[in-house]
Amino acid sequence: MSREVILGRIRDVMADVFDVDVDETVITPETTANDIEQWDSLSHIRLIVAVERKFKVKFTNSEIESLTRVGDLVALVEAKQAA
Amino acid sequence: MLKSMSWLEAAPDDFRERARALRKEIRGERGDDLGMRIYSLANHALDESQLVHLARLAAEGYKSGLAMEPFSALKLGVFGDGALSLIAPAIAGTALRHRLMIDTFVGEFNRALIDALDPSSPARTAGLDMALIVSDARVLALDQAAASREAASEKVERAFEQLRQTVEGLRPSVASAIFVQTVAPPLEPLVGSFDRIEAGSPLSMIAAFNQRVAEWAAEGSIVLVDIAHLAECVGLETWDDPGQWHASKLGFAPSLLPVYADVVARTMAAVRGSSRKCLVLDLDNTLWGGVIGDDGLGGIQLGQGSATGEAYLAVQRMALALRARGVILAVCSKNEEANARAPFREHPDMLLKEDHIAVFQANWTDKAANLRAIAETLNIGVDALVFLDDNPAERMQVRRQLPLVGVPELPNDPALYPRTLAAAGYFEAVTFSKEDRERAEMYQANAQRAAALIASGDIGAYLASLGMVCTISFVDDVARARVAQLINKSNQFNLTTRRYSEGELIAAIHDPARHVVQVRLVDRFGDNGIIAVLIADRKADAWEIDTWLMSCRVLGRRVEEACLAHLAVAARLAGARALVGRYIPSPKNGMVRDHYQKLGFSLESEAEGTTTWRLDLDAYVAPALEMTVDDMALKTAAGAEMAHA
Repeated sequence: MSREVILGRIRDVMADVFDVDVDETVITPETTANDIEQWDSLSHIRLIVAVERKFKVKFTNSEIESLTRVGDLVALVEAKQAA
Repeated sequence: MLKSMSWLEAAPDDFRERARALRKEIRGERGDDLGMRIYSLANHALDESQLVHLARLAAEGYKSGLAMEPFSALKLGVFGDGALSLIAPAIAGTALRHRLMIDTFVGEFNRALIDALDPSSPARTAGLDMALIVSDARVLALDQAAASREAASEKVERAFEQLRQTVEGLRPSVASAIFVQTVAPPLEPLVGSFDRIEAGSPLSMIAAFNQRVAEWAAEGSIVLVDIAHLAECVGLETWDDPGQWHASKLGFAPSLLPVYADVVARTMAAVRGSSRKCLVLDLDNTLWGGVIGDDGLGGIQLGQGSATGEAYLAVQRMALALRARGVILAVCSKNEEANARAPFREHPDMLLKEDHIAVFQANWTDKAANLRAIAETLNIGVDALVFLDDNPAERMQVRRQLPLVGVPELPNDPALYPRTLAAAGYFEAVTFSKEDRERAEMYQANAQRAAALIASGDIGAYLASLGMVCTISFVDDVARARVAQLINKSNQFNLTTRRYSEGELIAAIHDPARHVVQVRLVDRFGDNGIIAVLIADRKADAWEIDTWLMSCRVLGRRVEEACLAHLAVAARLAGARALVGRYIPSPKNGMVRDHYQKLGFSLESEAEGTTTWRLDLDAYVAPALEMTVDDMALKTAAGAEMAHA
């Protein structure tokens, strides 16, 4: 799965988790929690669960703690899937 | 099955859009069936994020203050150990599936006890209807072994005491029930199999703690939510997510929030009296394999000897077990009636007999119409029905036409039907009384009574022929659970629809300013059990009737006149001159709108549909009734009044 495809799917997941309009809120690899109002510590937990479910992967806490940008999440999913 | 909540339809792809549209409608112009559309959306297997979005709908609906069918509003406090901010919205979103529109108040992590004990804390002043205490073995310090048997029992006692104090602290500020959880057993052993023997192991201490909670709940002052059992059913390895605990203090895997919330919400719904009452069974490929009309008695698969035949036997066994605890059974099948009844009469392996089925609908009419007929015959709402059918098309038709009927999705393998039905928890109950066990038989006796009525034609003669004995008494400990259940379940013949938790009921019984009685009715067909409850406020001049409810299965038997005669005499004895009754309309109690008028009360006032009625006791004469009334309460009351005088 290419990074572009992963990013697209993560966008979908984020739209569902944060209840944001994908047309209004542009999500790029550079997007961080500061860019999305609904992205707080609670919804972050739900985001991780939803991404894990979507891609059938499991993250460790240290991996989760290392995430800052959406691009980090995409890279992490890519690495997990390659493994 | 539990984790995926497979008895529910999968979440729709356009969930986000639908939820947004509904929210817009709550804020603006509302369509007629808005509540039903929210309800339908909630009846899908939603994930933890979708539940958060629905929870927002619930909160806005609650705050808008409008009664929105089919929901009843509820303010819930969530306290205790763990990521309560994750738990509370999952419960509020899920509760819509159980027809509760919940607004949640979320306590601070690990501050439950402090908040509970401080009368000025926000928790105490939030105006809560119910409260849930979330417990976790790690916070209760039950996850660390104790050095000796004594130390273990002390640890368990300390944990239980902390919980008990939290509950007792909150109790004055919670109008209805308080829910307490059991805690999940640990995965990691201290020693191994020996843990079961060693009192100081976390396994043994948690078992002892859960036992304490269960004994406490049995006294009736709290309602237990068995999270320990849920965790075991889901599987402890799936349940426990140590990383999640470290990161967020959520005590279980976040993907289990939906099923956790469903177990909590269904218990709350049971307290509110909205559990289901009747299981309606399809026949072909649901109770036996094959099609009776095509395959004939010898061709259907049922009974020992084949795995498939045994699977259908297990479905029948489950139905019988439900009936034994008071769930009514009915049949709804597209079949020639003679064909449909043949296995019940002639197939040697059938466990279910015609006697077990209260209403048997076998014809070619659509199933929704038949389900409506079943509900009418039994005098219950369609919302009390669960419909078990292997055919997805039939399920869809029923869901579309009667969205309030519980219709579980079923897997392909009939071996899993019983488990799927059980996982859905439609028949959750918070008490279990003798009447529950006998209810299914009582509904059947009713069907016989209807037949007798038709045969006799003359109502008076029919009533006289029933040989009714009506016993009125104060509510005792044995009957208390059943009375609480009636108070919380009766919707139709219920003048004020005021709900009382068992704790509130106990308080009312012991309050000298209140008069709380139960009414039983026995006739020649059987014991109807407790069929009416009256609560009156003993004001000096006029007794005010706070609660008057009756079970619909004794309608037309003039029991209400016996109840009135009792109240009139009791009030007179206490020196009152009048009875004051109130009718508060609800979506379901239209049948008693004219109740007081029919009994000879005169209208005093009317405000927003609520009517207040008065009966002058000086002018009241008790009518002759076709029953023997044994008024034990009056005998006790007369004795007490004489002692006063």
